[in-house]
Amino acid sequence: MKRILSLLITCVILFATMAITPVSAETADEAEPKYSGEVNVYNWGEYISPGDDGGLDVIAEFESRYGIKVNYTNFETNEELYNVLVNSNSSYDVIIPSDYMVARLREEGMLLKLDFNNIPNYKNIDDRFRNQDFDPDSEYSVPYSWGFIALVYNTKMIPEGEITGFKDMWNPKYQNSVLMFNNSRDALAIAMQLCDPPIDPGSASFSEEDIDRATDKLIELKDGGSLKKYVMDQVFTEMEGSQAALAPYYAGDIATMMDNNEDLDFVIPEEGSNLFIDSMCIPSCCKNKENAELFINFMCDPEIAAANAEYIYYGTPNTAALELMDEDYRESELVNPPAEFVDKCYKFTNIDDQTYSLMQENFIKACTGRADSGSKVLVMILLGIMIIASLIVVALNIRRGIRNRGRIQKI
Amino acid sequence: MKKPGQKIYLIIIMAFLYAPILYLIAYSFNNGKTSVWKGFTWKWYEALFRDAQIMGSLKNTLTIALLAAIIATILGTLAAIGIYNFKGGVRSAIQNISNIPIINPEIVTGVSLMLLFTFAGTMLGFEMGFWTVLLAHIGFCTPYVILNVTPRIRQMDSSLYEAALDLGCSPVKAFFKVVIHELMPGILSGFLISFTYSLDDFVITYFTRGARFQTLPVQIYTMTHQRINPKANALSAIMFVTILTLLIISNIVTSRKDKEAAR
Repeated sequence: MKRILSLLITCVILFATMAITPVSAETADEAEPKYSGEVNVYNWGEYISPGDDGGLDVIAEFESRYGIKVNYTNFETNEELYNVLVNSNSSYDVIIPSDYMVARLREEGMLLKLDFNNIPNYKNIDDRFRNQDFDPDSEYSVPYSWGFIALVYNTKMIPEGEITGFKDMWNPKYQNSVLMFNNSRDALAIAMQLCDPPIDPGSASFSEEDIDRATDKLIELKDGGSLKKYVMDQVFTEMEGSQAALAPYYAGDIATMMDNNEDLDFVIPEEGSNLFIDSMCIPSCCKNKENAELFINFMCDPEIAAANAEYIYYGTPNTAALELMDEDYRESELVNPPAEFVDKCYKFTNIDDQTYSLMQENFIKACTGRADSGSKVLVMILLGIMIIASLIVVALNIRRGIRNRGRIQKI
Repeated sequence: MKKPGQKIYLIIIMAFLYAPILYLIAYSFNNGKTSVWKGFTWKWYEALFRDAQIMGSLKNTLTIALLAAIIATILGTLAAIGIYNFKGGVRSAIQNISNIPIINPEIVTGVSLMLLFTFAGTMLGFEMGFWTVLLAHIGFCTPYVILNVTPRIRQMDSSLYEAALDLGCSPVKAFFKVVIHELMPGILSGFLISFTYSLDDFVITYFTRGARFQTLPVQIYTMTHQRINPKANALSAIMFVTILTLLIISNIVTSRKDKEAAR
């Protein structure tokens, strides 16, 4: 038996060494005189131009220009990004969080100050997007892209000009035909704007009363009969298939919907809406700071930024890039809204966990329309039953095993 | 003979299982980016093969799946034989323990592996990446191999092994010529299951991948931030067809072997 074992262990080791070869070969090639090494970029999914339809493959361009290998990975939400940075020892070099997450990371000392001598292209960034609340002295972040929430509606169901802002979503005239964000922060923010007196959704903390009032406003949407359902990605199917009349959504995505259904049009809400800025930052776990700054500078290059904005179709904070864009992009209010609107917009701030979970609970209440006070007890009971059941199964198995002991034959 | 009621039931179940996949494959040929049909096109397939990121992730996914499946199959087969040679209560206990990774929620496994690798990484000076993902995949694949091989061992006639020894085989030779040969169907299906599980694992990979390594399921998942690109449909279609072909081939091979054995 021992010999068999050692033989198999040798096999395992053999396979393991075979595995090493392709990996080490991959990292060893590519060496340029001036720049070298790698840069680990952590970005949202589908948030960089991959070279489709004649567009520019931004990452390949960077690699061929500087001979630096880009290790590009994706995250899906700001919270996931935060958890990975806090809990793992991976060394990311460039991350692209949204406004409130930049604030949180900065406050917790998880970002490095940027050396703007290495980022000369920062001059292209519009003044409007500098010195934001989340980074008051613009020391830690370089804006990558921005966007806001607008309304999309179907002109066959709602006459043009009838809708001016979010308040029209509550109009009982539109029975069972309005969609709403299925996430607590966006949905409650819209409700807060419409409360009387309004609550600023961009403030740093909310009292319990504020959240209750916003929740009541959301419940009205359901009770008034205009709400069809809470959706996220499904909004595309609903609006493009003309199954719903009105929905708030991210402006860049509304442009996509309008490409697919001629009956759709958009409205810039008169109340103002949530404006978000995603910025490039260098986290404190960075190991290639110079390469990271080189990458950030590269992304602010007008031609690169323009090609990138063309693909992701969100607003670009890069004025030099905006000049290179075609007229369609520049004149579209969905990526380049009027300044008066932008001034009315608010940005999310980093709220504490307790407030956030309260908002989450209230939102669920508004969705289901009933309190879930009994749910904790129910969960405990179910969990208890599951544990007991699995213990019984294990015990039975072991007992059967003991009983069968006499009948076992060896191989 | 099947009654019509049974047939209808079967059709409904099949439709329920396969409609989403057919829908996805159909829309990989859609000349628009969303659920509105805008004519037939191959362009997403072309774009897919030109996308260096997706191709890189695909290569990573296949490397991990193949290595993890091979190593897990070897480990799992050995473990199954080892476990079988224990007695009574101990055997059941080990068997139950080895099933825990299957029952354990993936998210718990993923997060705890991340914490473990980070802890070990800070101590020993390594970062998560290819190796940690491979280790994690071997970890969750091995129990499936054990689960597939164990019934085969139970069915095996242990006197075959003894006969081989009596006829002059060394234990090693007897092991490879008789035991492994007898267990082969279980080993093969264990390998295939490991391969497919590793191929489509998202949660555990997500937490153990580190800053330099990404597999396909993770990349597709993060695409949902914006619209899911139809390239993902095209890719899923290719993967589905590949796996389906693999399964059909393996089924044909085993059924032929069974027929031969029956003769």
